[in-house]
Amino acid sequence: MLTRGETRASGETSHASDAAAIVVKDLRKSYGKVEAVKGISFAIRAGTTTALLGGNGAGKTTTLAMLLGVLSPTAGEIAVLGHDMRKQRHRVLPRMNFASPYVDLPKRLTVAENLRVFADLYGIRRARERIDSVALDCDLTQLMKRPYGELSAGQRTRVSLAKAVLNEPDVLLLDEPTASLDPDIGDRMRSYLENYQRRTGCTMLLASHHMGEVERMCDDVIMLRAGSVVDQGSPEDLLARYGRDTMEDVFLDVARGRASGDHSVGSGAEEVGVS
Amino acid sequence: MSAAVALRQYTGAAASWRRVRALVRRHAYLLLKSWPRLVSMAYYPTVTMVLWAFLTLYLAPTASFLQSAPGFFIGAVLLWDVLFRGQLGVSLTYIEELYARNLGNLFVSPLTLPEFIASQLVMSVLRTLIGVGAACLFAYLLFRYSIFSMGVPLIAFFTELLVFGWAIGLAISGLIMRWGLGAEELAWAAIFLIAPVSGVYYPIGVLPHWLRAIAEALPSAHVFEGMRSVLLHGQFRWDYFWTAAALDALYLCAGIALFTAAVRHARRTGALLQMGE
Repeated sequence: MLTRGETRASGETSHASDAAAIVVKDLRKSYGKVEAVKGISFAIRAGTTTALLGGNGAGKTTTLAMLLGVLSPTAGEIAVLGHDMRKQRHRVLPRMNFASPYVDLPKRLTVAENLRVFADLYGIRRARERIDSVALDCDLTQLMKRPYGELSAGQRTRVSLAKAVLNEPDVLLLDEPTASLDPDIGDRMRSYLENYQRRTGCTMLLASHHMGEVERMCDDVIMLRAGSVVDQGSPEDLLARYGRDTMEDVFLDVARGRASGDHSVGSGAEEVGVS
Repeated sequence: MSAAVALRQYTGAAASWRRVRALVRRHAYLLLKSWPRLVSMAYYPTVTMVLWAFLTLYLAPTASFLQSAPGFFIGAVLLWDVLFRGQLGVSLTYIEELYARNLGNLFVSPLTLPEFIASQLVMSVLRTLIGVGAACLFAYLLFRYSIFSMGVPLIAFFTELLVFGWAIGLAISGLIMRWGLGAEELAWAAIFLIAPVSGVYYPIGVLPHWLRAIAEALPSAHVFEGMRSVLLHGQFRWDYFWTAAALDALYLCAGIALFTAAVRHARRTGALLQMGE
């Protein structure tokens, strides 16, 4: 498998810089007495791809929603491209976008109509040219006149991704972008995202349960458990630190509360209440 | 991969206008490709108009006021439908987004809340013009009654009722956002709560004293009193006009405030990404 690091070593253009595109400080979200996100902090370098990993309920989607401004934090700060998301959300949203298989587009509208609506929402000049270009990139040309609701899960994911890159965002947030895709389509989408990132230098943050995807695409990984950041680093660093061969094993170590380098079967016992 | 096209985006007022237009376009696509939707928008106003027109024909020989103002009931029912369709236009435009589970995509876009509301209001005007326009056309074709016989005051009545409909529609949208699609029935039923006290077909003077106080707090009651004044006495009453306009402003502010509060609540609870069927 070609990793991100190898891609760079082979001389591909890298847009990564030390400047942070996303800065999160002591971010908290509570629903009543339930604390979904417990004071997390991280910074994501501009031009890199970062994975937000964690089990169900770890706080990934909650964090993404707060970064997008559709969920108000209980406390903490979020800055995207230097703008405070609480006060300057509408200055930065034209430069961001989002895709998730769990957020639908209007089903009765055709693919072309949906893309036209979102091109206008993002204020894109020469919208028709841009839509044609994105449709070609995402292999949607034959589907443009089909209602979104009649498409297969894989086709819908491609439309959702096309919508997400319409405005050529500087920051692209993806919630399980290849969930429900077969391996072939999933691979194509990952290739598309890699090429897109390389071409535009955008910053990508993706929540994913697909560890192969993370190893392949991501420069950095932020590991969440029960609303807290429990570890972070490059996939290579994490593999070395946990002494594992795959990110799947690292994920399991983190999800089950095993410390880095501790592979004993019982090391997660306290976490699950086994005495 | 296609050749890269240099991407440029509109900013400021041009971008804002395009965002409103985008949502209007989204709902227009939906309406124009569904003839059952278009028919149902015109169906109810037309059927109600026909009922009141026949009642007028039945009562006209014995009711002196119908001899001097034969369009008394038909005009009233058509104007009532301006209020009802105006409210539905706002509420249903919002409910369509819930059915489509599209709110998440809209609220992560640069769309602002005032732009979202503006698009709902534009759709309300379009839906009202389609629904009531068809009923007006049939009123003329079947009964030779033209709503335009009211003259220039019709513009005032239409505008004031439409704005009151917007206020109620926004309040209902806010309640649906707060309580979910379980509250959807409000969109269809809530308006009928104010029908008896709006004096659509009778003067509010016939109401019990305590109900009259409620009626006087509604812009619709002043509009229909004003309509009767025009139809029966040929006199446009500015006092009714200004009272209705002031009350409209008050209710519209309240409707916007309620909807804004509901969106703020949804941002706190995360409902914007989850709401749907």
